[in-house]
Amino acid sequence: MKALTTITSTFVPLPIENVDTDQIIPARFLKATTKDGFGKNLFRDWRYLNDDEKQPKKDFVLNQPQYRGEILVAGKNFGCGSSREHAAWSLLDYGFRCVVSSFFADIFKNNALNNGVLPITVSDAFLQKIFQQGNQSTLTVNLQQQTLTIDATGENERFDINDYKKTCMLNGYDDIDYLLSIKDDIEAFEIQQTQSLQL
Amino acid sequence: MAKTLFEKIWDKHVVKTINGGPSVLYIDKHFIHEVTSPQAFKGIEKRGSTVFRPHQVVATADHNVPTINQHLPIKDELSRIQVQQLIENCKNHNIELYGLGHPFQGIVHVIGPELGITQPGMTIVCGDSHTSTHGAFGAIAFGIGTSEVEMVFASQCVLQSKPKLMRINIEGELSSGVVSKDIILYIIAQISASGATGYFVEYAGSAIRKLSMEARMTICNMSIEMGARGGMIAPDETTFTYIKGRQFAPGNGQWDRKVAEWKTMYSDEGAVFDKEIDINAADIEPMITYGTNPGLGITINGSTPITDTIMDEGERKNIIKALQYMGLQPGKQLLGMPVQHVFIGSCTNSRIEDLRLVASLIKGKHKNANVQVMIVPGSQQVAKQVKAEGLDKIFAEAGFEIRQAGCSACLGMNEDKIPAGEYCISTSNRNFEGRQGAGARTLLASPLTAAAAAITGVVTDVRELM
Repeated sequence: MKALTTITSTFVPLPIENVDTDQIIPARFLKATTKDGFGKNLFRDWRYLNDDEKQPKKDFVLNQPQYRGEILVAGKNFGCGSSREHAAWSLLDYGFRCVVSSFFADIFKNNALNNGVLPITVSDAFLQKIFQQGNQSTLTVNLQQQTLTIDATGENERFDINDYKKTCMLNGYDDIDYLLSIKDDIEAFEIQQTQSLQL
Repeated sequence: MAKTLFEKIWDKHVVKTINGGPSVLYIDKHFIHEVTSPQAFKGIEKRGSTVFRPHQVVATADHNVPTINQHLPIKDELSRIQVQQLIENCKNHNIELYGLGHPFQGIVHVIGPELGITQPGMTIVCGDSHTSTHGAFGAIAFGIGTSEVEMVFASQCVLQSKPKLMRINIEGELSSGVVSKDIILYIIAQISASGATGYFVEYAGSAIRKLSMEARMTICNMSIEMGARGGMIAPDETTFTYIKGRQFAPGNGQWDRKVAEWKTMYSDEGAVFDKEIDINAADIEPMITYGTNPGLGITINGSTPITDTIMDEGERKNIIKALQYMGLQPGKQLLGMPVQHVFIGSCTNSRIEDLRLVASLIKGKHKNANVQVMIVPGSQQVAKQVKAEGLDKIFAEAGFEIRQAGCSACLGMNEDKIPAGEYCISTSNRNFEGRQGAGARTLLASPLTAAAAAITGVVTDVRELM
């Protein structure tokens, strides 16, 4: 997982609520057996008419070249629905390192954190302020300080993130490395479980 | 100290807790299927490892499989490769696979319980959000992403932050024509698709106690649709009776000891929940969804929202967009609207009781000429029972197409897709845009409501037919 400390970038606005994981990555793309190449299928059916790359839907933001950036800003309850981690892979592969919303669905939030895509939860009021910014406006994410700043005005908000996940993201650490490092504790737990069942 | 059922099970499974971070939760059973496991297996192999506890993994092929001619090679190349990959992975890592052709094959959340694998007090995970289904047995069961599947492969543990706890108490009697699917659709309509995010839900109350295990599974199954981490119901005699004698249930020698243990699995008097909601079962009517998330539901004879009166701008935009996609008008009833498809299946409603309900309504009748009806039993064992009870004859006489077990049109990963612009009344769990096929229009409902529409060809109040 790539480490994330600070990002300053223009953002892509998606002021739609309840964006579910079927929209982020439709089921037909889950037939893959690797993690590669998901970016081109991000929001596939909102991006293209009839699944045809030669027919981009002009009113969808990813087809509007004035909006670019490593940060996606979305309406509340982003990532609801399926547990498909492919949603996080497609955002990352497309180039988003951060998603900002006023509310994230649980499983998606976890999947994003596990893949180095930082989900930032801000208040609804701050979210609306961001949506009012122009396409040249940049946002700065500072993970160490847990702040998101609208650079043009200096307005910022603190976001929550659990200490462990923050450390992992800042350093690019992997949960599996951690779990493998405590294998002895896990085996001891199993023995203790078996013993307590035999009492 | 008074503990909730969730806390009792959680506390028994925590290996350790990271300071300022999640807990390391030991997982008793790990269910896997072909779609969310391949990258996890690759990850393990890249580390030069094999699966740590293969005997605690149960595998099946369900999402991608065809529901006809399962004995023939899968036509779709990517699907075929993915299913083949699962076979190889299970072989290489010594994991039991109930794949295509195996008598135990079926939708993962149908086979776990029917084989007696799912038991009270367990922690259960699977790379699928409807893993919450198993919570009906008084287990902590939840969906995980592929990276977490890899974690469980590597260590038989997952890192989880302890969620908040919600209890939903449902008291009283269900009215005629109202079944457990209507209960959960009603709840989600009340609290919204994000109303339980951050919570683990326990369902309790006299109405819940009266439900069969399969009815309880339907409710727990859709917990994720209100954003909950999972949903559970404390086990009781109904639970123990269901489990007894099943393939992998505790045998005679262990049975009494196990039941004694299971009888301690309930929330103590005075246990504290972060939120409690009370519902009167008599208030619940047959439900149907009209929109593009499972929370956008109304009673069967209700009307779609009058969008002009919605104060919250985000919500109003949401519903306008949903109505547009669904080709529906605001402030209108759905009753009497023609539908082109009826799908009876999915991990929500494809068990024998669901199919008996359908059969009892349609017996001796024929489907409407303008509807295509597909029935997909949830597993090979359910299909066998359908035949043994003669339900297959009732379905065939009604002109219903009976398919073989798989997730099928719930998410249309295989060929079972609904064409663009067409309406499908579905006993599944999600009505997102394009879920059942690009442009498909899904109306979620109970098996009874779906069966009623199959006969009349239009959205129907099943109580009129009973």
